[in-house]
Amino acid sequence: MSDIRLQIDGKEVTAKEGMTVLQAAQSAGISIPTLCYHEDLAPYGGCRICVVEAAVNGVKKLVASCVQPVAENMVVRTRSEKIDRIRKTLLELLMAHAPDSPELHDLEQEYGADRGRFEKDASFCIHCGLCVRYCAEVVKKNAVGFIDRGIRKEISFIPEIAAKECDDCKLCFPLCPTSYLQAAYVLVESLAFPRE
Amino acid sequence: MPRINSPVELEAFRQEIVSKRDPNKPCITLCSGTACHATGSKEVALAIEQELENQGLTNKVGFRRTGCHGFCEKGPIVVIDPEEICYLQVTPEDVPEIISSTIKEHQVIDRLVYADPTTGEKTAHEPDIPFYKHQQRMVFGANRRIAPQSIEDYLANDGGKALIKALFELTPDQVITEVKDAGLRGRGGAGFPSGVKWEFARKSPGEPKYVVVNCDEGDPGAYMDRSLMEGNPFGVLEGLVIGAYAIGSHEGYFYVRQEYPLALENLSIAIERAEEHGLLGKDILGSGFDFDVKVHRGAGAFVCGEETALLKSLEGKAGEPRPRPPYPAVKGLWDKPTNINNVETWANVPLIINKGAQAFASIGTEGSKGTKIFSLVGKINNTGLVEVPMGISLRDVIFEIGGGIPNGKKFKAVQTGGPSGGCIPEELLDLKVGFDELTKAGSMMGSGGMIIMDEDTCMVDVARYFINFLTDESCGKCVPCREGLRQMHKILTRITEGKGKASDIATLESLAETAVEASLCALGSTAANPFLSTFRYFKDEYTAHIEDKRCPALACKQLISYYIDPAKCTGCGLCLKNCPDEAIDGGKQKIHIIDQEKCTNCGTCFDVCPAKFSSVIKISGEPVPAPIPEDKRTIVRKKKSK
Repeated sequence: MSDIRLQIDGKEVTAKEGMTVLQAAQSAGISIPTLCYHEDLAPYGGCRICVVEAAVNGVKKLVASCVQPVAENMVVRTRSEKIDRIRKTLLELLMAHAPDSPELHDLEQEYGADRGRFEKDASFCIHCGLCVRYCAEVVKKNAVGFIDRGIRKEISFIPEIAAKECDDCKLCFPLCPTSYLQAAYVLVESLAFPRE
Repeated sequence: MPRINSPVELEAFRQEIVSKRDPNKPCITLCSGTACHATGSKEVALAIEQELENQGLTNKVGFRRTGCHGFCEKGPIVVIDPEEICYLQVTPEDVPEIISSTIKEHQVIDRLVYADPTTGEKTAHEPDIPFYKHQQRMVFGANRRIAPQSIEDYLANDGGKALIKALFELTPDQVITEVKDAGLRGRGGAGFPSGVKWEFARKSPGEPKYVVVNCDEGDPGAYMDRSLMEGNPFGVLEGLVIGAYAIGSHEGYFYVRQEYPLALENLSIAIERAEEHGLLGKDILGSGFDFDVKVHRGAGAFVCGEETALLKSLEGKAGEPRPRPPYPAVKGLWDKPTNINNVETWANVPLIINKGAQAFASIGTEGSKGTKIFSLVGKINNTGLVEVPMGISLRDVIFEIGGGIPNGKKFKAVQTGGPSGGCIPEELLDLKVGFDELTKAGSMMGSGGMIIMDEDTCMVDVARYFINFLTDESCGKCVPCREGLRQMHKILTRITEGKGKASDIATLESLAETAVEASLCALGSTAANPFLSTFRYFKDEYTAHIEDKRCPALACKQLISYYIDPAKCTGCGLCLKNCPDEAIDGGKQKIHIIDQEKCTNCGTCFDVCPAKFSSVIKISGEPVPAPIPEDKRTIVRKKKSK
């Protein structure tokens, strides 16, 4: 693997080929906010909170740093007025679902987000997919998955698998930023495999 | 039919077919595409078969059921060759006369030919009808001459020639150079140069390589790909085999919407015929090149038209886009190098190989070459599919070919590029049609939908409608699209209901920016276009809705009131009789009055009030006048002045 040199926030950074911009930034001690990223999981690119500006040969665009591979001579900015504005809107959109999520609170302050900007929506899942992906990729049980599409999309435990596997595992529980997962689990447990 | 094992054998077979056909023998061509099917082409077909038999003409007159001719507004369409006499809106009852007069006596039946809606001038000869005259039907034209399931028809119309040329005279690199030099850009939406894409896939390491036909056409009102697939599946297949040869692929997939049953049927038969004849499968035409295809039926998710979502769906997974890079050319189907093009793109390939890159590139604008098929729908006289050279003006497409706006209404906007395209206003009607030109105007080419809107269309409501469609079709993976569209839809709905706030525009703009800049795929990054383009060109309509609570087009139900003009009401009682809410008070010789408290704005009174009276009017943004006093409600008939 050859070395790739790039610049992040004015700092010269050397990364390995195949690394993402996020990994390169982290290795250089530069922090980029994330919500759906987890180092044990394949990058997902869903929450978009990790957007940064990346320029190759002078062509600038906003990219999700968790999925964007590094490139030679790439110039990255992790903060700008525009990036902050977009992160603020993304946070506000998510806080319409999960106004009490501690992960969102930390970022709310940093980006000056207004948790009341958008009308509240009933479900407090933010669709980061951490539970679904952790169960599929690490635990390899597929006990929880996404169902439906778009704004009707939600996580759901598969009762047949969950009844057998979940009680002794629950590794996904601490990953959930909103505790919607726990609620979904309690629901499936009471409906599909109630304890005696 | 024995397999064809060489170009020489194919040419001999072609000659055999052609020599058996008498070009002077009368032939009845009946459009049997989906639109004509809906207007009764099947019944007409039965009548033609029956009548030919009755008159003892079955062997003397040819009869061909073809794919879509494009003039869907006037279907079912019958064309009599060799004279090319075109009959429109033909019914089974017309058939005996067509056969006895036109086939036997060479008489044109006046009532069945095209009549200009304004001048009444009749045109019988198909190529002279204004709808066809201004088109350049290089790709779509074959539909009219071949029965989609007949390989003989396809070969008789020069089918397979490009395949022979590619496999036997050109190297794969030469084919790619040809497509690059032609300047062919993807017809599915993004307009990426096809030859460059092919080259990426060819040079990309990894075996096997795949080629895919994207027939997941999902834009509302668009059916170009459907009609090509239904009408000329061999043409698409030939383009695909040539592309596969160029890229070095031996396995291809057709991804066809489940909702296109006729396309699926005709394609499956075409594949079978091509295999039997040695145009597909092992050692195609003795060239040593092997290529197989499979057909996959898509379940009709709009987002599966996006290439990475389509490939996921093809693998049997949920159709969700994934981040690019890596592009499918590097990591596509089952992580192998994959080239995916839209139906119309593939259908252009045989043309380029046959006529040469230069001939192809001589048509069009600097950045957009060749022709493009558009579906003209909405408030337009000639609804249908049209193929025009790139660079033609929107005005020519809408007024010369499309025949303008029905009922003497005024043109307001044309929405191009599907739901995530944009609305182009009247002052830009002279814009040349091309990828870059449309993008610059805040819209896009997309796959070629054109929805025409007249003065009665509210542009805020149009934005709300398309954002609603996209919210529904979002896969839900990324936040800017899933959540951003959800909120945009809520705000736009509120504005059309007269509950808009001054701050709504700024919120919409920031949601639009977030969707454009931060979405994962092209669905999200273009999803704000309906708002952005309508706001750019029709800002005053937004202001009217938000500030004055007024809908200038008088279309938003919650912002209008119905009122009966006392000076015009004749007391005919039609509105009273039809009002479902008993909101109208009236009687004989009495001016009718709408009780605004009871009225639910259904618009029935407006629709039933005879046009010669037009006494029911819509009012928006101002108070409804108080009902006239009871003692003045008696209608005094005016004495005839003479």
